[in-house]
Amino acid sequence: MKKFLSLVLLVMLLIPAFAQAEGTVTVFNWQDYIDESVIEDFEKETGIKVNYVRFTTNEDMMVQVDANPGHFDLCFPSEYIVERMISQDMLSEINYDHIPNAKYILENLQNSTYDPGNAHSVPYMWGTVGILYNTKLVSDPVDSWGILWNPKYMKNVFMLDSYRDSMGVSLKSLGYSMNSENILELEMAKEKLLEQKRIGTLKAYQVDETKDKMVSGEAALAVMWSGDALYAMDLNEDLAYAVPNEGSNVWVDCMVIPKNAKNKENAEKFIDFLCRPDIAQRNCEYIWYSSPNSGAIALMGEDYISNPAINPSEETLARCEFFRDIKEPYRSIYVTLFEEVKSAK
Amino acid sequence: MMDLQLPAWATWVMLAGLAVFLAMMILFIRRNHGMKRSLFASPYALWMAIFTILPCILIGYYALTDASGKFTLDNFRHFWDSNYAKNQLYATMGEAAAPFIKRGTVNVDTLIYSLWMAFLCTVICLVIGYPAALFMADRQMKLGATLVVLFIIPMWMNFLLRTIAWMSLLEDQGLINRVLRFLGFEGVQLMYNSGAVLLGMVYNFLPFMVFPIYNSLNKMDPKLHEAAQDLGCNNWKTLYKVTMPLSLPGVISGITMVFMPSVTTFFLPRILGGGNTMMFGDLIESKFLTEGNWNVGSALSLIMMILIMISLGILRKADPEGEGGSMI
Amino acid sequence: MSKFIRFIKKSYLALILLFLYLPIGVLIVQSFNAGKSRAKWEGFSLHWYADLFKDRAIMEALQVTLGVAVIAAIVSTVLGTLAAIGIHSMKKRPQAFMMTLTNIPNTMPDIVTGISLMLLFIFTKVERGFVTMLLAHITFDVPYVILSVLPKLKQMNKHSYEAALDLGAPPVYALFHVILPEIMPGVITGAMLAFTLSLDDFVISYFTTSPLVQNLSTLIYSAARRGIEPTLNALSALMFIALLILLLIVNRRTADNSKKA
Repeated sequence: MKKFLSLVLLVMLLIPAFAQAEGTVTVFNWQDYIDESVIEDFEKETGIKVNYVRFTTNEDMMVQVDANPGHFDLCFPSEYIVERMISQDMLSEINYDHIPNAKYILENLQNSTYDPGNAHSVPYMWGTVGILYNTKLVSDPVDSWGILWNPKYMKNVFMLDSYRDSMGVSLKSLGYSMNSENILELEMAKEKLLEQKRIGTLKAYQVDETKDKMVSGEAALAVMWSGDALYAMDLNEDLAYAVPNEGSNVWVDCMVIPKNAKNKENAEKFIDFLCRPDIAQRNCEYIWYSSPNSGAIALMGEDYISNPAINPSEETLARCEFFRDIKEPYRSIYVTLFEEVKSAK
Repeated sequence: MMDLQLPAWATWVMLAGLAVFLAMMILFIRRNHGMKRSLFASPYALWMAIFTILPCILIGYYALTDASGKFTLDNFRHFWDSNYAKNQLYATMGEAAAPFIKRGTVNVDTLIYSLWMAFLCTVICLVIGYPAALFMADRQMKLGATLVVLFIIPMWMNFLLRTIAWMSLLEDQGLINRVLRFLGFEGVQLMYNSGAVLLGMVYNFLPFMVFPIYNSLNKMDPKLHEAAQDLGCNNWKTLYKVTMPLSLPGVISGITMVFMPSVTTFFLPRILGGGNTMMFGDLIESKFLTEGNWNVGSALSLIMMILIMISLGILRKADPEGEGGSMI
Repeated sequence: MSKFIRFIKKSYLALILLFLYLPIGVLIVQSFNAGKSRAKWEGFSLHWYADLFKDRAIMEALQVTLGVAVIAAIVSTVLGTLAAIGIHSMKKRPQAFMMTLTNIPNTMPDIVTGISLMLLFIFTKVERGFVTMLLAHITFDVPYVILSVLPKLKQMNKHSYEAALDLGAPPVYALFHVILPEIMPGVITGAMLAFTLSLDDFVISYFTTSPLVQNLSTLIYSAARRGIEPTLNALSALMFIALLILLLIVNRRTADNSKKA
């Protein structure tokens, strides 16, 4: 009996306490998308415990938020997902009285097309999609998406395993909009991606692995988000980043509070904390994306402002477009087409 | 997403019911000496009803309904024609769309590819594993018990980590290629293809082939071997005429234990295959967790389940007593 | 000649063991690498082991993993042993039925088991987390317990239980003092099997928990995409060695016991 009792005790010790009451906030963010010491500082300053959970793609995040209502207090979707979440009535309005630091958000991002008046979302980071390449392995100028199809780089191209990004790259390389809802264009974009497999330049479809693999010189070219590219460039000086002339995607990742969040006020405190210039600066320097926070930009100084990968020129930005939320039935067409690409041998 | 929903407390009521049931049973045993022992199995039966049979019925339910809960066979049409929904839409778009209406073979192709990979994996495991089991069971070498342990130990290392460790071996900048280049050879691309996925599968499932065969060989009476030799069989003939037929049950259960998990592998293609190919498991996962399309996902799961049941049925026929040794 | 053949046999087995242990060796070596890179050796260091105990996510996942494995092993052993005794004393028809039922989870692919349980929990609106993961683990553990206890029951003398009853022992007494000691080896095997299976499970846990409650496998999965932090290598090296020591102790004890006997 004694043995049994000690076993029961052991079990009790092993069951972690799941405090869901006051004093917690559950944050659902991208992989590698915060300086984790910031979380500790927030906990120290406010006494609120942060449950920090990570996701890999916008679509995975949507499914989880949908399937676990009330689980998450704060999420970090990209702008087109914010648009979709608003249209599906999944977000609650943000009370800006609790977020005085929101005044630092850059003016051009304050009244967005995806969320008029930023009623439901506060910008967290922004950036572009471009090509990260190894200058030792690539001799041609990297100024066009076409280089991803150049047979010189056999088995040397990493693509993004995300249907909006890969279809978007393919559409842009054909001169179409990344938000195309024209089936002719979409079918051609699919053909173009299949062609990449046939030519044999494609090495792999993946997401977060890419940056570390580029650092170790695993491939010559990779479609990358600007921040991940800068992170890799910091670790390997042979790497460079370019946004092709055909144009690309510029995006904003936002902080939003799901409708049935249990700890809305704590979530707003967390947002406010992340908008504080010194904290925004730390995050920015850690994850290398472009900050929407004027206070942080002022702190980071000239080096930051003059870096073309972080602050693309006006003319580069003019060629880029935001993702718009693709409505059904076109969204499932994107999904079906990309599935066909991925499963092709 | 669904309209037929039980309230949240329903499961808890079911669980409470189970607890009450258990308590009553214990009381019964104490009071009533004549209670049948077969009732001992009832909590288990109840458990299985809730957590195995009910979920299976749910898969069937989702597979046969659409998003609004109405009966439909579209999900199975979607399996046959992965462009089903797209084609229906294109049909309403007039002539411009007409040339693009064609059957999509993604689901069927992926299934065939998965079966083929599972078949290859099973064959390779058998070819590598049978001699291994044979040598392990060799009584003169007295290695059996130690080797069994040595085969089990790697399985304690987390399956995902073991697979990722292969990645650091196989990468272009990985260990194997570094060694090759150091020795003055050209590097080879070992990863990002079906071969690497196959290697990962063989690595993970090989012990499941070796154990049952070893068990059935070990159970064999050594005198049979001697008798065959006395009757004039040479070593090869003994192996072929005596040992092999007697180890058949082990082989069959090995095949089952390797083939089944191989068909449903997922994750491996993403890590070692670089996401270039998908297996049926990946497809099911992405239907549920990326697209959130549970109806089609359920239909695919159901098809997979039926397929496995059929192949198991065939294997059972070959080994009616189901003797081929248990796990480990 | 026979020596040569024996050499061939041994080298074949050694080759297979090399194949099985190579990645594990790599993993353990990496855990001592000072740098983060998987391919480059940057000097010996123990700092990943130090980081390990500071990593909150890993420690929580370790708690969840062990908690689920221990509870699931206990519950499924009780449930499974009772069920095995019950099934053993059944008449032929119901026995065959129960055995088919027991074989269902074994024959269902993990991914389908996981998904079907996920559907159950979502359908009944039970919030997924620790409890749902535990229920799922018990579900796939029980059949293994039954399958390891049943053979022992078959070996047991049928009449000893009835003899005990005839001699006036109450059924509960007979259960604990007659049946249980005889089938104990099977029960222990079953419990160990249940514990190991749930320790290593990924697929079923993946579908039956929320991203908030992670066990080691799901944690590793979500980290795998960006390259594993060497802290996880350090953890698995430690767990591996712990299990190895446990095994050696068990072996030593059984060896001692057999010597005494």
